[in-house]
Amino acid sequence: MASTSSRPRAGSGERVGIVGLGHTVFGRRTDATVQELAFEAFAAALADAGLARDAIEASVIAAVPEYHTQRSIAGAVNDYLGLTPRPTLLVEAACASGSAAMRQAWLAIQAGVHEVVAVIGCQKMTELPTEQILSLMGRAGDVQWESSFGTTFPGYYALFAHRHMHEHGTKREHMLDVAVKNHHYGALNPLAMFRKEITREKAAASEVVASPLQVFDCCANADGAVCVILAAGSRARGLRQAPVWIAGMGTASDSISVLRRPSLTGLPSAERAAAEAYAMAGVGPRDIQVAEVHDCFTIAEIMAYEDLGFCARGEGGPFIAERRSYVGGTVAVNVDGGLKAKGHPIAATGVSMTYEIARQLRGECGERQVPGAGLGLTHNVGGIGQYTYVQVLARE
Amino acid sequence: MFRWFGFVNYTPYTRVADFASWLKDGWLMGSRCRGCGATSFPPRADCAECMGRTFDFVAISGRAVLHSFTEIVASPSGFHAQAPYTLGLVDLEEGGRALAGFGDTVEPATIAIGMPLQLVPSILEDSEEIKVLYRLERPGTEWSRVGSIAAGERVAPRLAATPEEARR
Repeated sequence: MASTSSRPRAGSGERVGIVGLGHTVFGRRTDATVQELAFEAFAAALADAGLARDAIEASVIAAVPEYHTQRSIAGAVNDYLGLTPRPTLLVEAACASGSAAMRQAWLAIQAGVHEVVAVIGCQKMTELPTEQILSLMGRAGDVQWESSFGTTFPGYYALFAHRHMHEHGTKREHMLDVAVKNHHYGALNPLAMFRKEITREKAAASEVVASPLQVFDCCANADGAVCVILAAGSRARGLRQAPVWIAGMGTASDSISVLRRPSLTGLPSAERAAAEAYAMAGVGPRDIQVAEVHDCFTIAEIMAYEDLGFCARGEGGPFIAERRSYVGGTVAVNVDGGLKAKGHPIAATGVSMTYEIARQLRGECGERQVPGAGLGLTHNVGGIGQYTYVQVLARE
Repeated sequence: MFRWFGFVNYTPYTRVADFASWLKDGWLMGSRCRGCGATSFPPRADCAECMGRTFDFVAISGRAVLHSFTEIVASPSGFHAQAPYTLGLVDLEEGGRALAGFGDTVEPATIAIGMPLQLVPSILEDSEEIKVLYRLERPGTEWSRVGSIAAGERVAPRLAATPEEARR
């Protein structure tokens, strides 16, 4: 693996604050186009911030384009939001597109190019049949040497699951416990796609998708949009909400192919991105009180506990079995339901993670509020870790 | 003719297209960089180590150990007729990896991480087009000329390895 010659640093510019939040309900949204979903989130974020549309200097749109019939989606969304002639662009990093867009907006503010930027993650997935989505997602692996044998995206995480079980003694029950937890919290989240508690027995009785993963190990394709408005420090104060600060941001990449992954028990890009975000924020994993991690499959949440340093390598199974990722445990993880129960409109997901942590740090999460949350984290993974983005967010 | 490779081929044009021709004749070929000697399976035309752009095909034994596996039940477009099917990811004896389905010589109930396997070239007979691939079989399973070139023996590409060579 190539070594990095220089370490990214927090920019020389001002801190960047999160000042406005808007989020549609996730699920099968047969009532709206992707532009209309984006509008719903954007209007809510402006109202939350107490800003007029004219205050927005640029937009960064996250959307994975192959799921949409509308081409050039950033232009179409920016236009429908009435933001022309302001600059816009599309950011795509598979399921990490939302956090990748956050990073681009953060960079623009850090660089002093813009002071107020709207990040909009939007995705409509349910217009395509499931088998076509399976085919598209399977091709997130290497199409030359893998897809031609009939790989699917659940199939890739299934390879990780079997290997994690083999090396660390992780049990199927541990994975199902992740689903039980995330449905428990999803039931408390009015924005979630699935708002029903499940039992381990119900999850264990569901159909196999790609062994050992069953239906209840997998997140659901969904429609939805989320908007987060970012502002330079001087502009962030004195608005309607006390800003939540971006204290650390890290990102790394890895091979898209399981043929070039020496280990299948974790995501090195996540470890690297987390180390960078922790260093920038001057904190460690034990300081994090609430986290949003990328549970596209239950095994992915178990690996995330380990990659983020919430527990040692191989101890992710016992970590959930001991309920250490519930509110009141070591660190509350995915207490909005996660991708599993909230739904996964892929490019909206990363922005939704930031939304949830910011709400937690503002103390607005009601029954699922983590008491006194002052420091939170997001972990957004594209594919099998070909892109990983980690943010550390802090209250004043 | 790389479009011969795989059940469904998404990449008909590649600088390692001869891989599929060799496979059709029973050879499993990795690549070796002419600049630094780095080897790769699957083969790659451009060296990840030294940035070199010339290579030779090198025969590999196909001996492998199962690293992980999954039975695909919910299959993608183009694979419904086969589903459910099991895919295995193997570590190859000479380095590198392969992902493939299992052949008839492996009893599904015996599939377990760490088991020794043999990667074997295969031609699909029931297809109107030529389709060639490799499958995971019981160790010792041979097809055609697998193993009759010693592992590590160099074979020059049949076609030009670079656009520059093609113009000569």
